Amino acid sequence: MTGPPAAQVDPVPSDTATPEGARAHARAQAGTVVEHMPTLPATAYDPVPAGVPADRLVWAERVAGGGYTHRVVRAGTTVRLADLEGDACAHLLLYRADRTFERLNVADTVKVQWSAYLGVGQLLLSDQGRVLASLLSDTGGHHDTLCGTSSRSLNEERYGSGEAHGPSPAGQELLLLAAAKHGLGPVDLPPSISFFKGVRVESDTGALVWSGAAAGPSHVELRAELDLLVLIANTAHPVDPRPDWSCTTLEVLAWSGAPTGPDEWPATASPEAARAFANNAEDLATRGAR
Amino acid sequence: MSAPLVDVVVPARAPWSGVVPAGATLGIVDLGGNQAVDCLFYLAADTTERYSAPETIVRQGSIFLTTGSVLRSQTGRPLLTVEEDEVGRHDTIGGACSKESNTLRYGHHTRHQHACVENFLAEGARWGLTKRDLVSNINWYMNVPVEANGALGIVDGLSAPGLAVTLRAHEDVLTLISNCPQVNNPCNGFDPTPVRIVVTAP
Repeated sequence: MTGPPAAQVDPVPSDTATPEGARAHARAQAGTVVEHMPTLPATAYDPVPAGVPADRLVWAERVAGGGYTHRVVRAGTTVRLADLEGDACAHLLLYRADRTFERLNVADTVKVQWSAYLGVGQLLLSDQGRVLASLLSDTGGHHDTLCGTSSRSLNEERYGSGEAHGPSPAGQELLLLAAAKHGLGPVDLPPSISFFKGVRVESDTGALVWSGAAAGPSHVELRAELDLLVLIANTAHPVDPRPDWSCTTLEVLAWSGAPTGPDEWPATASPEAARAFANNAEDLATRGAR
Repeated sequence: MSAPLVDVVVPARAPWSGVVPAGATLGIVDLGGNQAVDCLFYLAADTTERYSAPETIVRQGSIFLTTGSVLRSQTGRPLLTVEEDEVGRHDTIGGACSKESNTLRYGHHTRHQHACVENFLAEGARWGLTKRDLVSNINWYMNVPVEANGALGIVDGLSAPGLAVTLRAHEDVLTLISNCPQVNNPCNGFDPTPVRIVVTAP
C-alpha cells in the first residue's frame, strides 16, 4: 500500500500529550474574560446600568451580533434588553415554561390591543388569552411585530449565507437552536417580535416602511408575568435595507421581582389588559399557585 | 373543461380542509359578502413547512394580499400565488379568533362562543396537526387597516356577495379553512354566511 508518509512526530513534548497535561491546559483557561459571554453569578456583572438592582440580578449576558441565548425565568422577573452600540436586533419568542405549547401569539398581541406597534404598557399575549410579559419601559421606540425574523434562504439571497455558524446567521436558524435546547422543534417557532429595529406600515397601501433604529444605545424592560421560556436571537432584521449584514452587541440583564398585581399598571392600562391579567390570576388560582 | 376536483359550499361557521394539488387552482367565493375566511396552508409532503405570514410580508414588502401576492412558507418557498382577486385587500396580521382571545376582546361572556381556532384544531387533527402547528393565518375578505399611529382594527369589509379570490398552488398544499363564526365585530358583517370552495385541476 502506498500513500503519503506518516507525519513526523514532534520531537518536542506537547503540554497536552497526556490527560493530566490536557487538564492543566483546560483549567488554565479559567477566568478568561471576553466581550460576549454570560457572567456567573449574575450579581458579579459590571458595569450595572443605573436603575438596575445589582443584588437581584439572576441573568447577565452579552450576546454578540449573530448570537442567541435562552433561559427559563420565574414570574416577576424583569428582563432588560439593551442595544449597547445602537445596532442590535433582538428577535424574541416566549413560551409558558411548564407548557410550551402555550406561546407568544403576535396576531392576538396586536389585535387585542388595537395596535400594530409595540409601546410602553403593552402586553405580549399568549394564544390562551393570558399575559406572558409586560413592556415596562422603552427608550428607543423602534420595534417590529410584523416581519418575524429572517429565514435561512432570505439571508443566503441577501448576504450569501444564513447558517447559524456563518457570518450572517438567519434568526430562524438561531431560534431553532435555542428552541432545541428545550426539547422544541421547527413547528414550535411561531412568528417572533423584534426589538431595536423598526418597521412601519403605509396606511393606504399596506407597504412596509423601514424606520431603522434609535440614534445610539437604547433598552427595553419586559416583566415576565408567568414562568417563561425566553428565546432570543440577535441578528439583522429581515428588511434591514443595508447591503451588508450588520448587528452589534445585545446586553441581557434580568432580576427577580413580583409579577404585576391586578390593581397595578399595566393591568389597569386598558379593559383588555385587565381581563388578560384576570385570566392569568384564574389560571394560577385553579392550579393552587396563589 | 374538466369538472372541478372540489366544488363545495362550506356552511356558515364550519371548517373545511383538503389537499390542493400542485398546479391546481383554489377558488374561494364570498357568497353572502363580507365573510372572513380564515386560512392556513401546509406543504402536504411535510406539514412542518407551512404558510408564514412574516415571510410572505417581508418578501412582498406589504401586509395586504391581492393579485400577484406569493404565499410563502417559513423557508421562503412559494406555496401558492394569488392569481385573481376581485376584492383588492386581504389580511395577514389579524390572526384567528379564539374563545380565549374573545375573553380579552369582548368579555368573558363570549368564552363559549364558537371560534376559528376551534375549527382549525378540529379540522387539523384529522391530518395529524396539533395546536403547535397553528400560526398566524390569512383572513380572506377581512379588512384590517393600520393607521399612521399604528392603530389597527378589524373594520367594515370591502367585499360583496359573489366576489372571489383565486390562487394557484405551486406544491401539493394541505389547506385548512375556518369559515369564521365571529359575531362580535364587523369581519362577517355580524352575520356569518356560507362560502364556496372550488378546486380545479390544471
